[in-house]
Amino acid sequence: MALISDGRFIEDDWRRLADEEALPKSGKVVVSLARLEHALAHLPEGVSLGVNIPNTTDPTSLTRALSRLELVEIAFPAFADGRGFSLARLIRRAGFTGELRASGRLLADQYAHALGCGFNTIEIPDELAERQGESQWQAARAAHARTYQRGYVAPGSILDARRKAAAQ
Amino acid sequence: MTAHDPSLARPNAPTTTYRYDEYDATFVRERVAEFREQVRRRLEGALTEDEFRPFRLMNGLYLQLHAYMLRVAIPYGTLTARQMRRLADIADKYDRGYGHFTTRQNLQYNWPKLVDTPDILESLAEVEMHAIQTSGNCIRNVTADHFSGVAPDEIEDPRATAEFLRQWSSAHPEFSFLPRKFKIAVTGAEHDRAAIMVHDVGLRIVKNDAGEIGYQVVVGGGLGRTPFVGKIIRDYVSRADLLAYLEAIMRVYNRFGRRDNKYKARIKILVHEKGIDEVRAAVEAEFAAMNRSVFSFDPDEFERIAAFFTPPPYESLPAESAKLRTQRVAHPAFGNFVDVNVSPHRVPGYAIVTVSLKPIGGIPGDATSQQMRVLADASERFGFGELRVSHEQNIILPHVKQEDLFDLWKLLDGAHLATANAGLVSDIISCPGLDYCSLATARSIPVAQAISKRFSDLSRQRRIGKLGIKISGCINACGHHHVGAIGILGLEKKGQESYQITLGGDPTFSASIGEILGPGVSAEQVPDVIEHIVDFYLAERLEGEAFIETWRRIGHARFKDVLRREGEDGADI
Ligand code: HEM
Ligand code: SF4
Repeated sequence: MALISDGRFIEDDWRRLADEEALPKSGKVVVSLARLEHALAHLPEGVSLGVNIPNTTDPTSLTRALSRLELVEIAFPAFADGRGFSLARLIRRAGFTGELRASGRLLADQYAHALGCGFNTIEIPDELAERQGESQWQAARAAHARTYQRGYVAPGSILDARRKAAAQ
Repeated sequence: MTAHDPSLARPNAPTTTYRYDEYDATFVRERVAEFREQVRRRLEGALTEDEFRPFRLMNGLYLQLHAYMLRVAIPYGTLTARQMRRLADIADKYDRGYGHFTTRQNLQYNWPKLVDTPDILESLAEVEMHAIQTSGNCIRNVTADHFSGVAPDEIEDPRATAEFLRQWSSAHPEFSFLPRKFKIAVTGAEHDRAAIMVHDVGLRIVKNDAGEIGYQVVVGGGLGRTPFVGKIIRDYVSRADLLAYLEAIMRVYNRFGRRDNKYKARIKILVHEKGIDEVRAAVEAEFAAMNRSVFSFDPDEFERIAAFFTPPPYESLPAESAKLRTQRVAHPAFGNFVDVNVSPHRVPGYAIVTVSLKPIGGIPGDATSQQMRVLADASERFGFGELRVSHEQNIILPHVKQEDLFDLWKLLDGAHLATANAGLVSDIISCPGLDYCSLATARSIPVAQAISKRFSDLSRQRRIGKLGIKISGCINACGHHHVGAIGILGLEKKGQESYQITLGGDPTFSASIGEILGPGVSAEQVPDVIEHIVDFYLAERLEGEAFIETWRRIGHARFKDVLRREGEDGADI
């Protein structure tokens, strides 16, 4: 898998823990949603915890865990399945400030959408990363520099810009 | 020729519709550049066809039976003369010299080449037009009443709301990958000309008891293979909360709409399966949980947009033109045109003209580039340079002086655009069907043409009165057959085209889905069957009774009976 952060491919320092694998003493690990409860109950000092959740997860079921999580990874079963975008919004609304990651076959063309909904990083299969290099991700992000919506993460809001211009 | 005072005519610079500011212009240019890049990456292999598809669709480009099809948005159906001319130029340069106006205030080109489409989009952007979100699983081109701003029965011009929503829905970060397409229509009048009851969301501008303007919100309407009339989800949403409430609906739909079966993915199915009460509860809970102030509606921005939709500088005229009265009598063909295609205007001395794109035996909704240019000229000479596209696939000139009607009519007549059949049986809505569409199960255009020819006598049509016939070439129902007073659906049975007739559909506030009359008939039989139905209606109707009223009064069985009897008489039905 390849990881995109701020328009660049970066090394992933999170390790995915299989459900039967024991919790390590230190490091950064991602567990499944099924394992989350257990991991939180037995979390060693010095271990950073992340969770991988399906896009159908009820965000209220995570409310208590969020403050102890450093990574929430939302699975995109298909790039055209946009549920993860709404789920990301709801997780941000619940106050999560850690890393929010989209994992699946997302396309560069969806980068601005993902960032807009609160994702920080995108994890994609290597085969896709080979076809869609950094420059494509950067270009796609730049193509949506200004947006009409407010309340989403974007470099510029058209409504705010208009408001500012009108005030001058 | 009595044209408008040149100082009043504002060719290419109308003030009655929205004009892009630098942000809108940049936004559209960025979309064109983005799509140009996507086409390049597709050809280069960075995107597979499956990956490219949603982006191509979001830019209005379909892959059709013979070629690509490009669907251009005409937001809320309003066009300037300059824009209409550009559509004509594109038809000549990149297509075969014509375009097809659709039931959702779009224009379709049937023959563009993939490599040309970025140039076409750029050419559209120059005149403040685009094809953004005319297809794909996103919020589609927002449609509105084609008589907006000029209808006597209007509470408020819905186009300001529609433009506000056009902007809000464009390249939405959260709602661009929905379970299925999402269509919104807005009306601000007492009569629904925008078919809001059969849209995913229908908005009806209303006044509350305090006299404030807000919206009644209808959700879950739709046609297609499982037609539903929408249900009221909220009686009143204040203007300040409109976007928030819509975001709540969209979020509930995005999360819970079905994605396992594309035929069950529209919001109408969610509403049907969960029930309106459960959907309402989910939407209200989301609405209550969201921080409405963050993205909430900005009254100044709404006012900025609304200011574009101000009335043009009308002259003060007598309510009725004496000149028109004489001309109507002196020229009976013109008189008929006025009777049928001209509607009352809210301003004294003016009229709304419907230009029918349904010549007898023609292809419903098609216009040649030459006709588009004539329409552009006509709008400049007689109507402040503004045109509208109706969901009945006709063109509207919304502000014509009554005393100019005769000159306008002559101009239109010279371009075969003066068919006096607006709203009559030959004003047929038809989808492209098997002649163009890869999903079609039967032809629809030739059937429309045959019916139109059968009723070619316009005086007979006037005797019959308003009667909507709508034809689709498959169950996707692009031709709105479910809401046609007479609906015709083309199917395939054992390798043969077979047409199912439905009666009693109604696309207005009193919406109803038509009921199937009986077994399917062959293409050749359709005109006979329609004629029998019409004759029966004529025999049964009470004074002044519309088809739908007769149908509702005397019922399904009697109409069906007629067909059965006709069948016994030898007409093999
Ligand atoms: C020629 C290519 C076309 C294709 C491939 C096509 C495809 C479709 C499909 C698959 C649907 C059903 C979607 C669903 O129910 O979820 C649909 C619905 C619709 N189409 Fe088309 N269409 C075409 C042309 C047109 C044209 C020319 C018009 C206008 C005259 C049109 C207007 C509509 C409308 C209004 C609906 C909405 C019915 C509803 O979903 O409520 N389409 N189209
Ligand atoms: S109703 Fe069917 S045949 Fe007609 S345009 Fe739509 S998809 Fe094609």
